[in-house]
Amino acid sequence: MIEERFRRLRSRAPFWSLRLHDEKRELLAVRNDTVEPPRRSVDRGAMLTAIVEGGYGYCATSDLSVAGLQAALDRAGAWAEATRGRSVAAFDPASMPAPRGEYHSLSSKGPLAGKAEIHDLLLSECRSAKVGTRIVERVAMLELVEDERVYLTNTGGAVRQRFRFTLPRARVTANEGVQTQSRSFEHFHQGGLERVTDSGFVGSGARLARDALALLAARNCPKGTMDVLLMPDQMMLQIHESIGHPLELDRILGDERNYAGRSFVTPQMFGSYRYGSELLDVTYDPLPGELATFGFDDEGLASSKVFLIREGILETPLGGLLSQRRAGLRGTANSRATAWNRPPIDRMANLNIEPGTSSLEEMIASVRLGVLMRTNVSWSIDDSRNKFQFGCEWGELIEDGRVAGVVKNPNYRGVSATFWRSLRMVGNRDTFEVHGTLYCGKGEPNQIVPCGHASPACLFSGVEVFGGE
Amino acid sequence: MKDRFFEAAQRLFGRLKAGELLLCGLSGERSDFVRFNRGKVRQAGSVEQGCVSVRLVRERRQAVATVVFSEELERDADGALADLRASLDGLPEDPWLLVNETPHSGESVRRGRLAAPEAIVEQAVGAAAGLDFVGIYAGGTLCRGFASSLGQRNWHEVDSFHFDWSLYLEADKAVKSSYAGFDWEDRAFEAKLGQAASQLAFLSEGQRTVVPGEYRAYLAPAAMEELMGMMSWGGFSARARATRQSPLLRMQEGAHLSPALTLVEDTAGGVGPAFQGDGFPKPDKVVLVDRGRLGDALVSPRSAREYGLANNAANAGEAPEALAMAGGDLDEQQALAALGDGLYIGNLWYLNYSDRPAGRITGMTRFATFLVENGRIAAPVAPARFDDSIYRMLGDNLAGLTRSRDLLLSTSTYGERSTDSMRLPGALLSRLRFTL
Repeated sequence: MIEERFRRLRSRAPFWSLRLHDEKRELLAVRNDTVEPPRRSVDRGAMLTAIVEGGYGYCATSDLSVAGLQAALDRAGAWAEATRGRSVAAFDPASMPAPRGEYHSLSSKGPLAGKAEIHDLLLSECRSAKVGTRIVERVAMLELVEDERVYLTNTGGAVRQRFRFTLPRARVTANEGVQTQSRSFEHFHQGGLERVTDSGFVGSGARLARDALALLAARNCPKGTMDVLLMPDQMMLQIHESIGHPLELDRILGDERNYAGRSFVTPQMFGSYRYGSELLDVTYDPLPGELATFGFDDEGLASSKVFLIREGILETPLGGLLSQRRAGLRGTANSRATAWNRPPIDRMANLNIEPGTSSLEEMIASVRLGVLMRTNVSWSIDDSRNKFQFGCEWGELIEDGRVAGVVKNPNYRGVSATFWRSLRMVGNRDTFEVHGTLYCGKGEPNQIVPCGHASPACLFSGVEVFGGE
Repeated sequence: MKDRFFEAAQRLFGRLKAGELLLCGLSGERSDFVRFNRGKVRQAGSVEQGCVSVRLVRERRQAVATVVFSEELERDADGALADLRASLDGLPEDPWLLVNETPHSGESVRRGRLAAPEAIVEQAVGAAAGLDFVGIYAGGTLCRGFASSLGQRNWHEVDSFHFDWSLYLEADKAVKSSYAGFDWEDRAFEAKLGQAASQLAFLSEGQRTVVPGEYRAYLAPAAMEELMGMMSWGGFSARARATRQSPLLRMQEGAHLSPALTLVEDTAGGVGPAFQGDGFPKPDKVVLVDRGRLGDALVSPRSAREYGLANNAANAGEAPEALAMAGGDLDEQQALAALGDGLYIGNLWYLNYSDRPAGRITGMTRFATFLVENGRIAAPVAPARFDDSIYRMLGDNLAGLTRSRDLLLSTSTYGERSTDSMRLPGALLSRLRFTL
């Protein structure tokens, strides 16, 4: 239907496009054994974009009638004319791709479970976390998302992509006096309800409660320079903040300097700069089922696996077609928009670390003094994506090659430009896990997009570690 | 949008069955965005959007749906109502349901004088010639509406803009500035831009690096905005207090901040709507910290029912939307002299808790941050990391607050343009702990 309406639109711009998003969400949650009001939402609209020689404009509308779309296209065309000759990028309508193709999330074919069945599962997890008076909050939730995106161009491009996300979450909090500790579970992937059973969500309530109580009883994380063994659900954040953002081309080109920031990486570094130890292999990889896998980005560039860092040497930035042309560098398909109401910008999609050869046991055995850390709880990094400080929910002290007990409030800090060079061991495929975050914020106007991050456990040496107050 | 929203709501009310109650909300905008980099336009465009929330209540059960404000609003709203009815059939009673049964209607419309968007392009590109200018103009009309089948009608509409930009000298040496309000004036914008450009001279000196340790520091109002934004993440929430997750947990156990510190949720002095999402009218003020002692929490209707508290019409997130800090007796013009030797911090960036229950926060300096010697700016400093607790920064180490306060309109555009604001003074700290 949208294709038919699109065919009736007219513009004097040599290139124009329509990007339709039709997203349905349903959130089911149980908190402290009480069923929260279920929430459903529909978000549907289109962005019309016009490009003239040296000018670009967009207009987003939820009015999908032909008249509504035409009005938006006219407005986009007026913006393109108003910015002609005043743009930082040399917009070229002739160079815009006209992609054709489809993408569908992998998903089970079975019918969705009924809401009563889902609520029963959430209630069960919530109740099983009630293991004493020190447990002060228990939350279990499941979010179901179906998102259809259509991209059409006046030059014959036509892409239709259908995504399904099933997002289970749980969190348990324990308190004693002025000490509060939480443990959380998140499993953010594409797919259907099979994700709930595959993910380890079943049984998470009791497990998180045990962990939260163990943290309450634990000693504070020690302070000093030592090894850090980061498990995949913390590697996710480490990759995201100190590799993903610094490699985004729009940051390198300066677009983000007023908000999300710049990058310590410069265009000259690609091809020669030693980003990490020779054990570090980083890829942009549209793995099946990973959170930000797609067939085409939001400006129609087809996605494929690309090495960004190989054996520690920086190779390729994260940038869509326009940024690639502006910088004169190769990039990846990651020009992405949060929804129909925001224009695409460079956003990391799936950013993964390739597995190495070490088992978890070998890595632990190699540590004289260090801390194993799981599950990010705190993240802060400077606007060049260099000086960082991260904290985790869970720590385990490692002494003389053995795990020596749980520690609470584990934090570490470092500098991206040197931290990755201290990568000493990379876990094998047995330690490899696929994770993702729903909340990567960036851009003006602001946008939040999901990103996938898969990684093995990784061991770093000589890291500044510390605990809480 | 107003007439269409109320008509659509009224249409739904006419379809209700006996025993059903319906609450409808609208959040909408017609906005223009112009993004700049290196003194030229990066992306320019317009967004017209709205979402309508529909909350159906029956026999102490409730469910919520959100539909798009579009040409098919009526059809979508009918579909949502049918879905909600089906949802309620399978739900247990909601023990924390609280509905405003005392209709309190009202309307607030603030018309502004906004610049033509294309004129913004021409003026900004012209005024920024020769400058490395990067930032965003966002302006237009924001509206919030509420209607209930009990007869309540609320409307809030405002024309506003913010232009938030940075001028870069080189690498990470930059001055950040902004121009925000309701009536655009060319000369006011150009004056602000000129003022920011004149400050670039301070950045031309060689950059110094902060060695880890404790420094006397002055936090400008924009830096305080970041600190208050972090404290607002659970710090004033009734639910966070009840579940012992507030970063002000130690204040619940008797710890206190400086007696110079008073924080108020000042709805009357803000720019957002005077009603919350479920239609409860907001009080003009809620005192959150009273001369260093923990005051009232922000209590949403749901928390009020769950914890037996008086509802003060906080939104579901129980975060301030119009936070105001009382000023002190420090003359802003004398801030550098009062600082003496230390760091002048124009902006902070990327804050987070390094130990949430202990109220310890880490973050970075950003933009115009200077080493000050003998009350004079000596040199710009490279971005530095601090890690210190609320109890030290705003407790024993709070040496003064400026008399004057800045009204800081939120520049957030996540999902939609925000109507939040803060009114804050600058703060002089006798010590601030830097770590990296």
